[in-house]
Amino acid sequence: MSATAHPHQATPAPRPHRPPRPAGASINLMYVPALVLFAVFIIYPVLQGVSIAMTNWDGYSSRRAFVGLENFARVFSDPNFSTAMTNTFIYGVGSTVIQQVLGLLFAVLLDQKLRGRQIARAIIYLPVLVSPVVMGLMYYLVFRYHQGALNDILGVFGAAPVSWMSDAGVAIGVIVVVNSLQFMGISMLIYLSGLQGIPQEIREAAALDGSIGWNQFRSITIPQLMPAFASSVVLNLIGGLKLYDVIQVLTGGGPGYATNSVSTLIGRTYFGNQAAGYAAAQGVVLFLVIVVCTVALNWWFDRTRSHLEN
Amino acid sequence: MRRHTKILVTLLVLTGCLVQLVPFYLALTTAFKEQSDLSSVWAFPFAAITWDNLAAAIAQGGVLRATFNSAVVTVIATGLTCMLAALAAYPLARRRTRLNRGVEFTILAVMMVPPLSILVPLYSLLNGLGLLDTYAGLILPLVCLELPRAIFLYTQFLRAVPLSLEEAARVDGASRLQTLRIIIFPLLKPVTVTVIILTAVYVWNEFALSSYIMTSTEMRTLAPSIAAFFGANGSNVNAAVAGSLIGVVPILIAYLFLQRYFMKGMLAGAEK
Repeated sequence: MSATAHPHQATPAPRPHRPPRPAGASINLMYVPALVLFAVFIIYPVLQGVSIAMTNWDGYSSRRAFVGLENFARVFSDPNFSTAMTNTFIYGVGSTVIQQVLGLLFAVLLDQKLRGRQIARAIIYLPVLVSPVVMGLMYYLVFRYHQGALNDILGVFGAAPVSWMSDAGVAIGVIVVVNSLQFMGISMLIYLSGLQGIPQEIREAAALDGSIGWNQFRSITIPQLMPAFASSVVLNLIGGLKLYDVIQVLTGGGPGYATNSVSTLIGRTYFGNQAAGYAAAQGVVLFLVIVVCTVALNWWFDRTRSHLEN
Repeated sequence: MRRHTKILVTLLVLTGCLVQLVPFYLALTTAFKEQSDLSSVWAFPFAAITWDNLAAAIAQGGVLRATFNSAVVTVIATGLTCMLAALAAYPLARRRTRLNRGVEFTILAVMMVPPLSILVPLYSLLNGLGLLDTYAGLILPLVCLELPRAIFLYTQFLRAVPLSLEEAARVDGASRLQTLRIIIFPLLKPVTVTVIILTAVYVWNEFALSSYIMTSTEMRTLAPSIAAFFGANGSNVNAAVAGSLIGVVPILIAYLFLQRYFMKGMLAGAEK
C-alpha cells in the first residue's frame, strides 16, 4: 500500500522506486527440503534396492554376500513370481477395463437431467473414500462361504453355495471386481468432467445434422472424451498394477501363492521367507514394469492425440 | 428423454447406488449382531442390537489407540505435505530454467515408484535410523509419496496467478519473503483444500507401508490394526467390522459436509 493512502500519517521517506528483479536463483532454495526428503526416503532406497538385490541378505543378520544377478535370474525362473506377475497384469488390466465401462456408463447416466443425480454421484463415489482394508472386509461379508450375502441370495433360488475365495481363478475375479467397484467413482468423475467440457454448440450442431443418440455419442462424444479416457486409463492401470491391500485382506495371496500380486509377494518373500535380497530384486522388477507401462501408455496416448488432431 | 429411456436410466442408476451401498449395510448388520447370531447377514438385528462387538474391537483390537495414532500421523503428514509442496512449487512455477525443469521431471519420476517396490531398502533404512515403529518413520515416507502430486497441483495453480500481483507488491517495497507471505500464500487456499483432502484421505486409509513400519500394537494405525484384528480373530468377524466402522465414520462425516470439495479435489488430483 502506498503512503498516499494515509495522508494524515507522517509520510515516511519515499523509497527509491527500483524495478523488481526477476526471481533469482536463490528462490530455488524453497524446493530443497522436498528434494532432501525424496533423496533420503525414495531415491536412496531405489538405488539401495538394486544393491541389496545383488546379495543373498536374509534381512536380519549382518551377513550378506554379493551374488551378482542370481536373484534376477531367479525372478524369471520362479513359478510363484510368474504367477504373481500374471496376476498383477490381470488385476491391472481387468480393473482398468471394468472401471472404464462402469465409469463411462455412470458418467453418461448421471450427466442426464435426473432428480437426485447429485446424491447418486455421491453414492457411486463413496467407496473411494474408505480404506481398501475396510472395503475388503465388507466384501468378505459378501463373498464368504458360510453366511455370505451372495451365497444367501443363491440359496433363495435353490442354488448351491459357491466357494468364492478358495478357487484361485474365482478369487482373482472377486479381487478385480472389488477393486473396480471401489474406484470406479474416480473414473466416473473424470468422464463427467470430460462430458461437461464438451461445448453445448458442438452437441447442438450435431443434433441439427441429424446425428443424435448413439450416432452423436460415437462421432462427437467419444473423440471429445479422449483426454479423459487417457488420464483415467493411466490412473487405473497403475493403481491396479500396484494392488496390495484388497488382496491381503481377502485372500492373503492364497490359496498357496495363487492370488498374489507382485506387491503382496514382495512382503511375503521378505518377512515370510527371510529372503531380503530376492525380495529387493522383485521390487526392482516391479518398479521397471510400472515405469515401462506408464511411459508406453503416455507415449501411445500422445501419438493417438496428435493423429486425431491432424 | 423419452419415457422408457428415462425409466431405464433411473433403474440403472438405482442399481449402481444399491451395489455401492450394500457392503456398508452388511457391515452395519454384522457390527450390531451377536457373534452367536447365525441369522442372515441381510437381516438387521432390530430386536437384539449389541454393543459387544464394538467393545471387543476397542478392548482387544486396540482400535481407539489406533484411531489416535492415525489422527496424529494424518494431521502431521498433511500439514507437512501442504507446507513443503507450496514452498517447492513457487520456484518451479516462477523460474522455468533448465535446472528447474529437471527438478520437475525428477518429482514426476518419484511419483512412479510403487511403495512396495522399495519395501526392503526402506525398511532397513528406517531400522538403521532408529525410525521403525515411530511416528516420524511412517510420516516421512508417506509425505514423500504424497508430495509429488501436491507439488504438481500447487505449481499448476501458481502458474495461473498473474505475475503482476507480485510485481505490484515488490514495487511498493515488499521483500520477496513478504510478498510470498502476504500476497502468494493466502491465494493458495483453494488448492490447499484439495491437497488436504487428497493427502488426509490417503494417509488415514494407508495400509501397506503402515503395517510394516508400525511393528508394535501400541503404534499401529487404523487400517493395519483392523486387518491384524481380522487376521488374528478370523472367528470374530463381527468385532473386526465394528472396529472398521470407527475408522469410516470420521471420513463419512467430513464427506457429508464437504462433499463438493471432496469430489472437486479428488478430480483435480486424478487428472494430469
